[in-house]
Amino acid sequence: MLDHVDLKVLRHEIVTLVGLNGSGKTTLVRTLLGLLQPDEGSVFRLPGLKIGFSPQHFHRDATLPLTVARFLTLGMRAPRARLQTLLEEVGAGGLLERQIADISGGEFQRILLARAVLRRPDLLVLDEPLAGVDLASQSELYRLIGDLREHHDCGVLLVSHDLHVVMAATDQVVCLNHHVCCTGQPRAVIQNPEFVSLFGRQIAETLAVYAHHHDHRHDITGEAVPMDNAKRAGHGSHDG
Amino acid sequence: MDDFLVRAMLGGIGVALAAGPLGCFLVWRRMAFFGGALSHSALLGVALGFLLGINLSVSVLVFCLTVAALLLVLERQRILPSDTLLGILAHSALALGLVIVAIMQSMRIDLLGYLFGDVLAVAIEDLYLIYGLAVVAMGALGFIWRPLLSATVNEDLASVEGAHVMRVRLTLVLLIAGIIAVGMKIVGILLIISLLIIPAAAARRASKTPEQMAVLAAMIGVVSVILGLLGSLQWDIPAGPAIVVVTALIFAVIMVWPRWQIS
Repeated sequence: MLDHVDLKVLRHEIVTLVGLNGSGKTTLVRTLLGLLQPDEGSVFRLPGLKIGFSPQHFHRDATLPLTVARFLTLGMRAPRARLQTLLEEVGAGGLLERQIADISGGEFQRILLARAVLRRPDLLVLDEPLAGVDLASQSELYRLIGDLREHHDCGVLLVSHDLHVVMAATDQVVCLNHHVCCTGQPRAVIQNPEFVSLFGRQIAETLAVYAHHHDHRHDITGEAVPMDNAKRAGHGSHDG
Repeated sequence: MDDFLVRAMLGGIGVALAAGPLGCFLVWRRMAFFGGALSHSALLGVALGFLLGINLSVSVLVFCLTVAALLLVLERQRILPSDTLLGILAHSALALGLVIVAIMQSMRIDLLGYLFGDVLAVAIEDLYLIYGLAVVAMGALGFIWRPLLSATVNEDLASVEGAHVMRVRLTLVLLIAGIIAVGMKIVGILLIISLLIIPAAAARRASKTPEQMAVLAAMIGVVSVILGLLGSLQWDIPAGPAIVVVTALIFAVIMVWPRWQIS
């Protein structure tokens, strides 16, 4: 299934794993997390490396009564004030006492993000964190992920098949097709012939539009707003 | 009250106490079919127990665990979905059990008693067994509660956070096999699944936390056992089915109760 995969995520860096369905993205992530054992080779994890994980396809069973607060702290303890601060940080402030089965898909993705950073991880592993999120909120969530790695001092490994937003919001792209087919900064990767042949010329050309350097973003009314710091420029995107 | 009634009450209450929380996990983990099919297959365990001349609770326990283990192995082959496999395994076992019981007619096995319970014949030894299991089940559940709950919410997440997902899952299956083995006497192998899932389902609407739901499910089960047994004496109806009918009535009442009256 997978062969010759070499992957590096630095602190404060967002590395995005892209690839077509069946290219081995999920297999790779599950192996890195220790959910699957590799047939050959090994996964070396720094002793004490803490991983915050947000899984794909999270089924919330309505028969299980569970508040957001309880869900966040499953298997750990945390002061209530910290939960509240964290929820506000991900833009889900009022949800602490709601049942997880009752909130929307977009809200739940934010809760999953909050849950992942609550455990003070060194590395965030987010498997399709935009599943079930409407287009308008997607770029906002990406900005949020960018902010989280700054505030919580961690690296981010992102898995996504949604190329458009990814290209604008990531530091390194790793394109997977059973092996690492190309890797590098978004702008370089989309010009890589292997990438072009994998996703098609048209997609690659469309993406080039998204990868241009942003020095501003748009607020909800569509007005251009300057970026508040230089670091943000790398993951600015259009919304509103 | 007569002695046999006291023993029946105590036995039923013991089973209901353990069945409440266990049933919640069956409901949360969508294992209702697993529990039902596993308990139906237990009839073969009964028949084998008779053939080999060993304690029936033990033979049922061992047999249920064998079926569960076999299912685990067959699932890995990925040829058929696990509910199909389970349906094949468990109901062939039930059929085979019925065939063996029919062949062994000379042994005068009380088939109806095993299928639907024989609560008025609960002996002191049965009570030891039931309360032994109830204590073990509750102790074990309490011990693995946090990892089991985490794994129930999401196995991958629990696993990444260091929970021993496989271990708690096996413990749960072990406890379910145990409750089938001891609950057989009370409501029978065909109805034990209802004592597991109906109280849990009824408790859902009135609960805000998993623990509330587990405790409430146990209480609903206990009330059902008491009312069912009293009804069975009053109207001379079979006790096992009477208990299950009461559970179903409680479930129905909670379901139609206006929402604003449930906190």
